Amino acid sequence: MSNSIQVESPLHHAQLEQLIGQSSAGGIVLHEHKLLGHLNLRGNAADAEFLAGVKEALGVALPITPCSSAKSDLAQIMWLAPDEWLIIVASGSEVEIEQKLRTYLTGHFAVSDISGAQTLLELSGKDVIGLMKKSTGYDLHLDSFPVGKVVGTTFAKTGAHILRVSEDRFQLIVRRSFSDYVWLWIQHGSQEYGLTIV
Amino acid sequence: MSQVNRIAGSSKRINRNRTLTFSFNGKEYKGFEGDTVASALLANGVDVVGRSFKYSRPRGIITSDSQEPNAIFQIGSTQATTIPNPRATQTDLYQGLTASSTNGWPNVDFDLMGTVGKLGGSMMPPGFYYKTFMFPQSLWMSYEHLIRKGAGLGASPQQSDPDSYDKMHHHCDVMIVGGGPAGLAAALSAAQTGARVIISDEQNEFGGSLLCSTQQIDGQHPSQWVEKTVAQLSDMDNVMLLPRSTVFGYYDHNLVGINERRTDHLGEHQLQSTRQRVHKVRAKQVILATGAHERPLVYGNNDVPGCMLANAVSTYINRYDVVPGNQLVLMTTNDNAYKTAIDWHQAGRKVVAIVDTRSTSNGDLVNKVRKLGIDIIFGHGVIDVKGSKRVKGVDVAPINASNHSVTGPAKHFVCDTVASSGGWSPVIHLSSHTGSRPVWNEDIAGFVPGDTVQQQHSCGGLEGVYALSKVISDGFTTGAVAAQAAGKGEGRYAGKSPKTSDPQEDASMALFHIPHSKKTSRAPKQFVDYQNDVTAAGIELANREGFESIEHVKRYTALGFGTDQGKLGNINGMAITAKSLGKTIPETGTTIFRPMYTPTTFGALAGADVKHLFDPARFSAMHKWHLDNGAEFEDVGQWKRPWYFPQPGETMQQSLERECLATRNSVGILDASTLGKIDIQGKDAREFLNRVYTNPWSKLGVGKCRYGVMCKEDGMVFDDGVTVCLDDNRFIMTTTTGGAAGVLQWLELWHQTEWPELEVYFSTVTDHWSTMTISGPNARKVLEKICDIDVSNDSFKYMDWRAATVAGVKARIFRISFTGELSFEINVQANYGMHAWKAVMAAGEEFNITPYGTETMHILRAEKGFIIVGQDTDGSVTPQDLDMDWVVGKKKEFSFIGKRSWTRFDNKRDDRKQMVGLKPKDPKFVLPEGAQIVFEKNQSIPMKMVGHVTSSYYSACMGYSFALAVVKGGISRKGDSVFLPLSDGTTVEAEICSPVFYDPKGDRQNV
Amino acid sequence: MLLIHCPYCEEMREEEEFSPAGQAHIVRPLQPEEISDEQWAHYLFFRKNPRGLHHEMWLHAAGCRKYFNATRNTVTYEIMETYKMGLKPSVTASEEGQS
Repeated sequence: MSNSIQVESPLHHAQLEQLIGQSSAGGIVLHEHKLLGHLNLRGNAADAEFLAGVKEALGVALPITPCSSAKSDLAQIMWLAPDEWLIIVASGSEVEIEQKLRTYLTGHFAVSDISGAQTLLELSGKDVIGLMKKSTGYDLHLDSFPVGKVVGTTFAKTGAHILRVSEDRFQLIVRRSFSDYVWLWIQHGSQEYGLTIV
Repeated sequence: MSQVNRIAGSSKRINRNRTLTFSFNGKEYKGFEGDTVASALLANGVDVVGRSFKYSRPRGIITSDSQEPNAIFQIGSTQATTIPNPRATQTDLYQGLTASSTNGWPNVDFDLMGTVGKLGGSMMPPGFYYKTFMFPQSLWMSYEHLIRKGAGLGASPQQSDPDSYDKMHHHCDVMIVGGGPAGLAAALSAAQTGARVIISDEQNEFGGSLLCSTQQIDGQHPSQWVEKTVAQLSDMDNVMLLPRSTVFGYYDHNLVGINERRTDHLGEHQLQSTRQRVHKVRAKQVILATGAHERPLVYGNNDVPGCMLANAVSTYINRYDVVPGNQLVLMTTNDNAYKTAIDWHQAGRKVVAIVDTRSTSNGDLVNKVRKLGIDIIFGHGVIDVKGSKRVKGVDVAPINASNHSVTGPAKHFVCDTVASSGGWSPVIHLSSHTGSRPVWNEDIAGFVPGDTVQQQHSCGGLEGVYALSKVISDGFTTGAVAAQAAGKGEGRYAGKSPKTSDPQEDASMALFHIPHSKKTSRAPKQFVDYQNDVTAAGIELANREGFESIEHVKRYTALGFGTDQGKLGNINGMAITAKSLGKTIPETGTTIFRPMYTPTTFGALAGADVKHLFDPARFSAMHKWHLDNGAEFEDVGQWKRPWYFPQPGETMQQSLERECLATRNSVGILDASTLGKIDIQGKDAREFLNRVYTNPWSKLGVGKCRYGVMCKEDGMVFDDGVTVCLDDNRFIMTTTTGGAAGVLQWLELWHQTEWPELEVYFSTVTDHWSTMTISGPNARKVLEKICDIDVSNDSFKYMDWRAATVAGVKARIFRISFTGELSFEINVQANYGMHAWKAVMAAGEEFNITPYGTETMHILRAEKGFIIVGQDTDGSVTPQDLDMDWVVGKKKEFSFIGKRSWTRFDNKRDDRKQMVGLKPKDPKFVLPEGAQIVFEKNQSIPMKMVGHVTSSYYSACMGYSFALAVVKGGISRKGDSVFLPLSDGTTVEAEICSPVFYDPKGDRQNV
Repeated sequence: MLLIHCPYCEEMREEEEFSPAGQAHIVRPLQPEEISDEQWAHYLFFRKNPRGLHHEMWLHAAGCRKYFNATRNTVTYEIMETYKMGLKPSVTASEEGQS
């Protein structure tokens, strides 16, 4: 039975796979990191036991500086709020990691599996700053938005958490129900630069 | 005939190798690349470009910049690309440009309204609109028809705009508005500190006043310095240059709005390119280097075509090689305008005379003119202009400015052009946008920016600094100071200032309004605001009628209204008001200039947020299936939800009846994914639920579901939904589709502000789950085919939930019902939503499982008397009003939100509007939703309204129509008749009944 | 459009990331049943509308989802300070000589 289970990312209907290789010279490059595990973690950053538990479970210290991120072999962690983090893990490992967190953590905390709730889009390319400037009011200058920083902000008329992966590479966490809007927006904003799907 | 006024000059601002053809009012003309529409029309000797707003007088081009009040055109050749009201002076010429006057009816040279005495003129004094409103409305309507037709504010496009627009956000250390000598110097000096600099200018190239100047810089033509400076700036990575970019507004916290015209100069509609782009710049420091506008003098018949600003005349000569006439009379209050006479003379045309209002002057420019042998008449003014479609001559008379009189006989001079200069007015518009009051500077007889809360600097002409060498050094200094304020550099400009020698100028005279031998009210019309046809006499009349505040004068006369925003006429209007009231100008003050600085297209302001990007559309994971199966959609918030699923040939009503009957008789399926879902975790979760819901949660066991109602603190219902207990410390709350975001914020508000001690966290999981509700007597049979748990009534009771596997996918199944039928709500992770939906459809095929949408859901729930928050409630309805006291906990310890308010006097009234059912007397008639209800059929209007219909449908299951309504004291009126007077004049009767129409005992959901 | 410092994200953000959330420092009566209708109405409905300094709540809706307080001048729109929930303002009307 499980062999015939059809799994669909939020942008499944856009059939991005079929667009791969259609255009190679675009100033904007888009890739959907689909079907990853997404976990929302809540807890008290001033609680040493909580921090130690997370570190034990994920192999990396929880980023507690506002708007920072951290990465281990197991997980990419993004700071969302003083008591809230997004943990991105390999596709399918979310159940195991959630269980691991519940094992290592004590006291007041919360974990929610939100793997179906959002998708991760990666935007890059030589004109990526132009597209980002059309989409968000956040200052993209490296002084204010260095590599590794994550900001929760507006993206066109919706919201996104944006992680800067490198100087010209951004990862966007987009809500499932808004992902089609974001896809349309990216296509429109990329018109003058050209859009390549990878 | 072609370009009669184009001289063999040497300007590099136009490209004589590229001739452009364009049309104006149906005639074809030629110009050059680099021309504006205005310079090209003047080159071709076109005098009349429009008719005035109120008096329908022929008007010509007066200025060369954003001040232009007359040359305002309709530009574009099709109903899709036409643009109302661009200024010809600011519109770059392109091949094939099509322009026409906006306010000539039927055409500018022969104006029917002008010949019959346009409605206006003497019939339309200042305050006409206000006075007319006092007459009976019928009279106003007949006036309005003609005024609108004649007033000519341009025509809107009749077809969709084919162009594309967008917006960009920027952040910088120093934003410089204006690319003239001050702005360029400021940009260079700021940029050299490493600061992030943006400089914008509304013209097609940088240079500002230097584009039409002949004053040498470092021994060279000023354009050389401009070129060099712009090249330096272009080479710096930290500088962004925005030509053709108008700063239209200066907003709070140093936000600057800029409209960049990217393709307007290339032609109409460019494919694959953004026509206009709005840049929203958040700057640490803003430097305003907006310069100054020359001020015209106010004199008799000063609107006859050929009357121009002195500096505009110089601009056309020096920048465009266009001399807009043959014989010039120049009237001035200052030395500076003598440049125009020199330019005119050097262009080989005749300067008839210079009329200087001062008693004398010995400035360098005046002496230079003397050497050229040009006649200067001191102590005189041009008091009247002769001619109608072009200046034919002027009357010049000796004047006494201090007592506003003409002191001797007038002398006539033949000429075709009158240039006037009353000095310069700093362009303070932007600095006024955030509420800063301008300050009068006596030395320059003009307003300069006043105190501001913005991080703002100004330099050059805006500060009343006019000598070029000082303007440039002021720019350098201001740029460095602003950069330092933004944290960059030492606050000093390290480079060298270029050398330029300024002519020595004698003092100018503060004069605005030239006297006439007759009283102002009897003198020929002396225009102050050309665009709104406001005259000196009109302003004095307003003052005599008691309008003394300058803001009242503005509104009474229309001075400074509309697209003009007080550019050409405001200072003169204030000066005339001040004089007429016996006050000083600073005592009179200014009106407030508002955005937009110049008109900005709606397209630019809308940006890319149009059509499918206007508002985000949200979709569930099963949306593609709904599309493929012919669903019609309904907007619920931003969600697109299936409304109903018509089959070929069905009407909507037929679809609804089929969907309802299928669900009641077999099984239906609804996509309920859009309901809000909040994951609530923590040891105090239960206590928190007790405080925010009206009903108790202390005893809800693991594996159970409960319906809850949420009120605001005023006791009014604001959301409802089912919350399930996952384990002792964990609940999933469902909310209404539209209320999801608001409820989460509401919970956070209480937790963060009032009860931070409660250990509980809330996370939205709305998008994580796909939810499908199967409902109907065969629902269990469908579910058991694809589910791994026992779903019999004994082991899976009504209001239980179970973890299970559905179609191979992990699921949570809630046995809850919004239809009154046996129902299961299947929740799966959204990436598997489509898979599960298809599996349920396949399993249900043998039972003819029927997808239904929001409309059938509404009918089925209304048959059961279940409310929809926001449809049956409106923020003024308590649970008691809904006859839902059963959902209110009586023994809860904590005074939960809303409880205290129910005992307020107003909420205890017996005659509050209460929720009831209505059965229309005619069982086929569906009452309109929103229809008002009265108790007595025969009443005089206005009738006493006692309630209204909130939900109303035809029930296929019951075979009659029914409604939910709120009626005053309705709960105790069951069995009574009420009446509904409808908008078509008929009145229908209905009976108040219980809102539960179908299966009142609730047997069907418990099977 | 304002530029607002989020005390939790610890940086300036554009106004469009925020939602206004009304007057700050309104405390819910601990014993609602013990107070008069008039006192309850005061808590429910009565709000300040000063010309000058105003203490108000904002929600960083697109960012960290935290409510916080701001002291804002309602005439000039200057924001004098923002501070976390539970803290007291350091700029108040009396210090500014305003009422």
